[in-house]
Order: sequence, then structure tokens, then C-alpha cells
Amino acid sequence: MGPSGAEHNNFPGDEVELVLRNKNVILIVLIAALFAVFPLMVTSGYYLGILVIVGFYSIVAIGLGLLLGYAGQVSFGQAAFYGLGAYAAAILSGTYGWPPLLALAAAPLLPAAVAAVIGQPILKLKEHFLVLATLGFGILVYILMKEFVDLTGGPSGYTGIPYLSIGGLVLSTDKQFFYLVWFLAFLTLVGAWNLVNSRMGRALRAIHGSEPAAEAAGIDTARLKLKVFILSAFLAGLAGGLYAFYISFISPSPFGFHASIQFVLMAVVGGAATIWGPVVGAFVIVGLIEFLRWAVPVVLPKAGGEFEIIFFGLILVLALLFRPEGIMSHKRRKQRSEPDAGKEAAGTCST
Amino acid sequence: MLDVRDLTKNFGGLVAVNRASFSVNAGEILAVIGPNGAGKTTIFNLITGMLTPDEGEIRFQGRPLAGLKPHQIARLGISRTFQNLELFRAMTVAENVMVGAYTKGKTGFVRAILRRPGTTAGDRKRYGEALELLRAVNMAEYADEPAESLPFGLQRLLEIARALAAGPQLVLLDEPAAGLNAGESQALVAFLRRLREQNLTFVLVEHDMATVMDVADRIVVLNFGSVIAEGTPAEIRSNPEVIRAYLGEDES
Repeated sequence: MGPSGAEHNNFPGDEVELVLRNKNVILIVLIAALFAVFPLMVTSGYYLGILVIVGFYSIVAIGLGLLLGYAGQVSFGQAAFYGLGAYAAAILSGTYGWPPLLALAAAPLLPAAVAAVIGQPILKLKEHFLVLATLGFGILVYILMKEFVDLTGGPSGYTGIPYLSIGGLVLSTDKQFFYLVWFLAFLTLVGAWNLVNSRMGRALRAIHGSEPAAEAAGIDTARLKLKVFILSAFLAGLAGGLYAFYISFISPSPFGFHASIQFVLMAVVGGAATIWGPVVGAFVIVGLIEFLRWAVPVVLPKAGGEFEIIFFGLILVLALLFRPEGIMSHKRRKQRSEPDAGKEAAGTCST
Repeated sequence: MLDVRDLTKNFGGLVAVNRASFSVNAGEILAVIGPNGAGKTTIFNLITGMLTPDEGEIRFQGRPLAGLKPHQIARLGISRTFQNLELFRAMTVAENVMVGAYTKGKTGFVRAILRRPGTTAGDRKRYGEALELLRAVNMAEYADEPAESLPFGLQRLLEIARALAAGPQLVLLDEPAAGLNAGESQALVAFLRRLREQNLTFVLVEHDMATVMDVADRIVVLNFGSVIAEGTPAEIRSNPEVIRAYLGEDES
């Protein structure tokens, strides 16, 4: 009845593809359909605008999830990469007159190049030293954005970002950006899924499992970590470039320290070691920010704007206490499918 | 095949390895024995590049290994296992072996993201090879189970399978029989002998004397980081200095 020894040529990828075909395909189609019709159903610009933002954050969080959940390296500097992408897109198109689409394509290269340069020394650090180094980097970039007034417009911001246009189609509405951003977010998801389910993905998980053993297997762990770091910076830069064209005016404040914390929260709350987790995390955290923006003044009329950071601290602690692997973690799924696995094992033994 | 000359390593004031010299010949099983703290694991860590020697030289097939990183040394054809199991616990048994064969694959970072043609075929091939290897150690039925769910003895065996997956020329085994029962140890010895027939070379560090005497072609005895004897199991058994070192340390 159970699988016999002779049939052991099945490949785990086959099962995954099969599962995808049968069960998840329906879910994915449903979600895609939901995304496709959403802008048509929702007339409120407020909700549509929020979902565009969630799309930017999802792209950043997917990249950070790969770094955090698969390579096992933390970065509290993702907002700096996000900001570098935004400023690169803005300055290239606004100041230097590049075609907006070209500027958008070039924008992720700046943070990626910066990550390649700083990654080499920074990733040699472990745990809280790595946290401090990336944190310091984020603050440094934030200060540079403020101080290079000639280039960035300083604290008062950069204006004059042209509209993004793709083949004559000028993107100016929330609806258009909604489709563009979520299309790119979907591509990012597919790319991340491909990476994780490959030789490289196995190597990454191996680093997470045991670095000495990964090295002993011939994996250049330092180089691989650096590549994921560069990828995460690239994705943050892409999201930043999109953000610049969407918002058409940028200032340093959304690229500060608190944004970096939010990105880490998105990855951790949703589950960094899952592909969907960071996207779910982006929804949860943005939803929470909006809720707090409404609720805090109602409950505590005298509270300042930075009040939400307290809640973020609380959420992080609660998440790590009760669901350290994130909302979308495999742990929960595994528990659900355990009886089946037991049956299978029993079947294997009996044949 | 492997030449170790005047190898020395200090940890602070402690001399872990003291001017140790020995050679490993192609196709043999060499056992390195000695009391606790004699420097056995340190020598493995020096050979594999996880530690840098203070003095001395290690040559693999005539090539000095000085300055190479662990993954570069692995790529030259030296595999190892770890005394305190370093499995990829959350990954499946087959995936552990597939990571062991990492150097055989070609799919790079960008190709993996774009899932270029051939990446899945490569994975499939690796999985087939992993199953074959697992079958050789009678573990095929566990292929898709997480490594952490295996009983201890099988975890040891999985470490060895992972070390073999890359198709190495030299395998360093750090206490492969530790924690195994007598039957498992004997199966291990038989398995190592079979692999030696296929022209693989082994260096093993081992406490279990019965296993060492059973499997080793030659034995190197360390005490306080120095080589005090070298020879066949029969020679070592009757060497007075070895007996003194062992009895003096109250280790038998």
C-alpha cells in the first residue's frame, strides 16, 4: 500500500509542484483575482493608497525575509536601502532628466552597490554587533540624505519627480500603481520561491543550520550571505524607486530608523523563513499603523506621534514569545499534517 | 596523499598540537588516537582550515593548504564529519546529503532566481544520487524526514553520508562510533572497509579502541599534542610508551 523501496525516485520538488497544482493553485488564483478586482470594487482612495504602500513594503520585506529567515543575518538598515533607491530614482529622473522608467530600473543598483561594498566587512559581525552595524549604517545614510542639500533637497525634501510612464502610458493614479506594484511584488515572490527551492536555497538553509558544516560542504558562506544581502538591498531599492514615483515628493523622514524597525517587524511577525510571511507581515504592520493612527488620539489625546513605537516593541516581544517563527510558519502547518505523516511512515515500514 | 609536518597550535598558553608530523597514504584508513585533550580534533580543524596553524605545514596531494578557507579545502576533495553532530537539523535527510554534494552542482544565484532551464533537472539528479547514497547506508526510508527526527546513531551515519556525497578523496571522521552500540559500530566498520576498496582514504579520530583496532590500517598516537607512536594496530598494542600514556592518563 505504502510507497515501496523501488519507487523511491520521487523528488520532493514533484510533490511541491503537485501540491501547488492541486491545492495552492486555487488559492493563488483566488488571491490574484481578488487583487485584480480590488481597485474596481474599492472607491475609497484611502484604502487603495494603503494597499499600494503595503505593496512597496512587501517587496522590501520579502528581501529582508530571505536575509533573516534563510541566510540567518539581520539588517536594521533596510530603510536606508529603500531611501537610496527612492533618491536615486528621484534625482536621476528629476535632476538629470533620465527617462523615468530608466531611472526606476537604475534605482535598485545604487543600494545594491552600496550593500556590496559595506556587506563584506559588516557581515563578518555576528548577532547584536551586526544589528548595531546595520543600525549605524541606516542612521548614517539618513544623515547624508538630510545634509546633502544640493543633491537631495535636505530635510525639506526633493520635489520635481516626473510621472512614471511605461510605453506612453503615464502612471498617475493609485489604481495604476496598485497594479504595477503588486505585479512586481508577485514577480518578487516567484523569484524568492525559486531561489529558496534551489541548490542555492538549500545552501542558505544549510548556513542557517550549521555554518561550519556548510563550509565543510564547500559552500562559500561569506559570499552567499553577501549575495543575499545585496539582493535584499536591490529589492528595497526597487520598492524605494517605485515609492518615489508614486508619492512624487520625497524627504528623509520615511527612511529613518523607525522604518527599518518596521521592516524587521514585518519579516518577523509574518515569518521570515516563509515566502508569504513577509507579505502577510506587511499587511499586519501597515494595518496596525493605520489603526493606531486612529485609535491613539481617541484613547490618549495628548500622546505624541511617536507613540506607535511602543506598540511595535510590544508586538515584537509578543511575537517572539508566542510565535517566534511568525504567523505563516511551517510549524503550524506541520502540526496539522502530522497524523498524515505518521500514516505514511507506518505504510513505509509495513512494506 | 596528506602530509602534516611540524604542525603546532597554541591556545593562549596551552599547546594543543606540538610539532606533530604524520602522513596519510592513499587508500588507507588511518586512526588518530590519544587521551582526551591530546589535540585530535584540533588537528582536524587545522587540516580543514577552520583553525590556522601557528607553525608547520599541511600538504594535500603535494599542495600546501596554508591560507585556504574551509570551503576551498573542501573543494580540493577533503570532507569531514563533526564530533558534536553539525547536521542541518531542520532540513530533510535527503536535503542534508544534497547539500553535501553542493560542489557538484552548477546552478548559481541569479540562475536559481530566474529558474533557468536545467536547474530543476540538476536538483532531480542530486536527489536521485542522495537516495542512492542513503540506500547504501540503509537510510532511504528516512529520506524525506527532517534530520532532527532521526535517532542518534542514524544522525551519525547521516553525517558520514553527507561527507561522502561530494565524492571526496579524503574523509576525516571525528569519533564516528561515539554513541553507537556494538552492532552499529560493526556495521560502520564494514561500511568503511567497503568504501576503502573503492579507493577512498579515511582519517578517523576515535576513542573506542575495539573499533580502532578493527578498522585501522595504521594508527597515530598523540599525547599532549605530540605524536608519540605510529604503526600498525599490532605494533601500537605492544608499544610501551602508548601503554604508559594511556595508563598514566587513566584512560583505557
